[in-house]
Amino acid sequence: MPKRTDIHKILIIGSGPIIISQACEFDYSGTQAVTALKEEGYEVVLINSNPATIMTDPEIADRTYIEPITPEMVAKIIEKERPDALLPTLGGQTGLNTAIKVAEMGVLEKYNVEMLAADVDVIKKAEGRDSFREAMYKIGLKVPESAIVHTIAESREAADKIGFPIIVRPSFTLGGTGGGVAYNSQELDDMCTAGLDLSLNTEVMLERSLLGWKEYELEVMRDRNDNVVIICSIENMDAMGVHTGDSITVAPAQTLSDREYQEMRDASIAIIREIGVETGGSNVQFAINPENGEQMIIEMNPRVSRSSALASKATGFPIAKIAAKLAVGYTLDEITNDITQETYAAFEPTIDYCVIKIPRFTFEKFPETEDVLTTAMKSVGETMAIGRTFKEALQKGFRSLEIGISGFGGHAKFELDDRDQRDLELKLKTPNSQRIFCLHEALVRDMGVERIYELTAIDPWYLHNLQQIYNMELEIKEKGFKGLQGDFLRKVKQFGFSDDQLAYITGTSENDIWQLREEQQVKPVYKLVDTCAAEFEAHTPYYYSTFEQENEARSTNGRKVMILGGGPNRIGQGIEFDYCCVHASFALREMGIESIMVNSNPETVSTDYDTSDKLYFEPLTREDVMHIIDTEKPEGVIVQFGGQTPLNLAVALDKMNVPILGTSPMPLTGPKTGNASRNSCKSWACCNPITTRPETVLRPWKSLNASAIQWWFVPHTFWADGPCALSIMSRS
Amino acid sequence: MKALIALEDGAIFEGESFTGAGETSGEIVFNTGMSGYQEVLTDPSYTGQIVTMTYPLIGNYGVNEEDNESDRIQVEAFIVKEYNAIPCNYRATGSLADFLKKENILGIEGVDTRALTRHIRVAGALRGIISTKDLDPDSLVAKAKASPGLVGRDLVKEVTCKEPYGWTIKGPVAGNNFSSCDPGKHKIVCFDLGLKYNQLRLLAERDCAVQVVPATTSAEEVMAMNPDGIFLSNGPGDPAGVEGVIETIRALLPEKPVFGICLGHQILGLAYGGTTYKLKFGHRGANQPVKDLLTGKVEVTSQNHGFCVDLDSLPADEVELTHVNLNDNSLEGMRHKKFNAFSVQHHPENAPGPHDSIYLFDRFIETMDE
Repeated sequence: MPKRTDIHKILIIGSGPIIISQACEFDYSGTQAVTALKEEGYEVVLINSNPATIMTDPEIADRTYIEPITPEMVAKIIEKERPDALLPTLGGQTGLNTAIKVAEMGVLEKYNVEMLAADVDVIKKAEGRDSFREAMYKIGLKVPESAIVHTIAESREAADKIGFPIIVRPSFTLGGTGGGVAYNSQELDDMCTAGLDLSLNTEVMLERSLLGWKEYELEVMRDRNDNVVIICSIENMDAMGVHTGDSITVAPAQTLSDREYQEMRDASIAIIREIGVETGGSNVQFAINPENGEQMIIEMNPRVSRSSALASKATGFPIAKIAAKLAVGYTLDEITNDITQETYAAFEPTIDYCVIKIPRFTFEKFPETEDVLTTAMKSVGETMAIGRTFKEALQKGFRSLEIGISGFGGHAKFELDDRDQRDLELKLKTPNSQRIFCLHEALVRDMGVERIYELTAIDPWYLHNLQQIYNMELEIKEKGFKGLQGDFLRKVKQFGFSDDQLAYITGTSENDIWQLREEQQVKPVYKLVDTCAAEFEAHTPYYYSTFEQENEARSTNGRKVMILGGGPNRIGQGIEFDYCCVHASFALREMGIESIMVNSNPETVSTDYDTSDKLYFEPLTREDVMHIIDTEKPEGVIVQFGGQTPLNLAVALDKMNVPILGTSPMPLTGPKTGNASRNSCKSWACCNPITTRPETVLRPWKSLNASAIQWWFVPHTFWADGPCALSIMSRS
Repeated sequence: MKALIALEDGAIFEGESFTGAGETSGEIVFNTGMSGYQEVLTDPSYTGQIVTMTYPLIGNYGVNEEDNESDRIQVEAFIVKEYNAIPCNYRATGSLADFLKKENILGIEGVDTRALTRHIRVAGALRGIISTKDLDPDSLVAKAKASPGLVGRDLVKEVTCKEPYGWTIKGPVAGNNFSSCDPGKHKIVCFDLGLKYNQLRLLAERDCAVQVVPATTSAEEVMAMNPDGIFLSNGPGDPAGVEGVIETIRALLPEKPVFGICLGHQILGLAYGGTTYKLKFGHRGANQPVKDLLTGKVEVTSQNHGFCVDLDSLPADEVELTHVNLNDNSLEGMRHKKFNAFSVQHHPENAPGPHDSIYLFDRFIETMDE
């Protein structure tokens, strides 16, 4: 079916400010969707209150309203703009909830606006706990025992039937806000009071706790011809009880036989059909009993989600872009796969690597919050890593986190030998942000996989892999620096050990290890993310490193510049730095200079495979970045747009004779970095990324009428003319 | 234990055996499925082939009693990136390494399987050899060149059952003329060209009595059993090399409804007067998109074939195209306009792979109901 010609103008609702559980992934999906719709010739109107987004740039949508995302405001915009359709599934839960309210106000009916992808009834069926359960029963799928309550009294009554522990889930909230696991009636009362208050419809679901069950997610897409495909399966390393956003997750599923995987696939397809999501992506969450394979459906999100962003980056399949095209009438077999350019979107990506997502927590900044992970999301960012094995990906993931460690073990943070055994076991039993350190210590104490499984409910497959990494650490220690030779050194690198870890374990320096590898010629190669496990030729240069035989990096001879991204989001560093990196890349491309992006944050626009000429999905460490520089030999590296992460690398790179473009690295770091930098840079117009956070620059400009003042970045003027990071110019 | 993989074009890949010493040759092919290695290993269509999985982590969920697709391992050898030795799944009854060792099949890990796959994609499926005993590349390449290859070989006679058997809920039971199988509404004779058990399971689930016969069974013997329908299974190798079955099917076509899968589909193509050709590197995996031209819908299919029916060689007035592969537009399904016969190139019985195409078994039942 070709695209629809009966609609011309489409309204898209963004997701507003960044909050826990709703971060830059919705800028990524929104930008993709708006761009895709414009490509198809539709006029796109956008509302989003977050100015630090690519999607609110004037050149993205036809008209952008930087206004609070409230039903009243959306209604006003509809009245003024008179769009033919509203696409509610790309702006996270905020977009979805707002769309429902607007529909309930009768605004859509009044102005004859069609809801694309999923209408109000569909959204309500998926999001309303009662209606969802009924739908699941109808198609023969199981959901955990539960009750819907609207008052505290009802909750107490229901708890008697279900029994503790009970999972508390308020309806229509973000990231399970206000939810949690209640182990006794006091906790239940507290959580229900908070949950009822936060819920859009004063409704809370109590359900049977599936603590210890394995958790999975499938990303599903459907077109209006009822073709359904699965984009990606994701397995949570942490068992049920920890919010998916707070779990270490792995793609694809690792511990399911084909028969079990296909059962889950069949269920996902049945669910998207029964709920009635007409077009686009959905996310279905499953719990599987590790004892007997019993399957339960946890929930379904009838929209693009955080997991969709992860699945897109993990497979190379651009879910949001395809979802937008499906919404306006295309079918999957009419949309070309950008990566292969010879096949279509009607297929299921297959991957030949392992992907790991690790959440980043900031409990230390919120002393009043207990470091315990439950069904309410608490992480503030995430990082993704790709490797040819789980071990390699996991270690890369830990160094991508940028919390000081550079892998699993091999760092002072893993030294917990003075920890009381009982305390250690408690920390293993109760999921928390430090559990990974305790897992390492449990291996040091030789507690054994079986005992650790008892305590953590982490599938033994993962524990065995951790054990193998630890065993390798012991072997390295035993062999020492002198033993790091030839095949053993190569094997160690294949296990994902960083030079920094090796230096720590062998009592040498990172430089010593680097030198050693230079001598031994133990260097990584780069492989492509191509959606098809090499069955077809890939045309998009989206790379990850590994230590293997063949290198697929296609290095060019023209002018090229590398941009270091911001890594995982954290408090104090959100989407705004990604915004800057993306614009630096756009500017380079406009100038005909090849842009090479290096980043590890799956939620971002910068890690979209078509933002830059080349994308390296890699940890932002000296070692990993230097390898890319050795491969690509760019004329320079831009470190000033990615926030603190690349700035911290600047001196190290400078020492390795890497040309840092723009600012000399010396004032950027060193002792008392911030102050030195601030003082020396006072004369900069608006640009030091330390003194002036980008959003403080962006905000006043974007809050003006976007059509009156056009603005853009011209980063090239800075490295050509002086040490300035970014500037904004008026075009009118 | 160090192992070398040598291809006939001189390419060498290094790895390590996780099943002990050995040397074996075969056509090297890749499979892009991310799960289902046990089903792949026991699929008779892989006879004569060394299979490499593109998914790097293999062995994770072990092996079990229920997922075998035939009575033994059929691949010549198995190549993976990383073998995971400890099975983690409630259904697992053993490890992959033990499963392979029991039948003396070489398993090699530590191979840059992506490089190997890319090599095959560019060069096409090649003859190759794996050895832990002979680590001299030149000698191995010479041996690879001297190995038989698949074109023109009749591998069906190697894999087809020696004696007829009936399918029961507990598995195969020797016996002829529907004497040993579980009873059912429709009597189906299945030509075993190298069949996968799941085809029989799905027929039995649809209230069919399933009689399996060797590929050499004559048309008269089949007619004597008076079946309601005839099923042609998948199987290994070059359809043009298969002897006898084509004539048998030609004789049965006017008599009974026929449903063919994979090699069975190719045999039908040849019986209709068409020809087959070898694909460059074949379709092997669980994500191949196929369009059903009768409904316009796309199904994600499980595939395993290196040969294909040439659409242009078929008499257009007699044979109708029903399914097409969206990746390369190759022929995926056809039906005869005069005879009650239809067939598909892919594997609607899945195992491993998506269940999207199971409806084809229902279509077969419907043709017999009519």
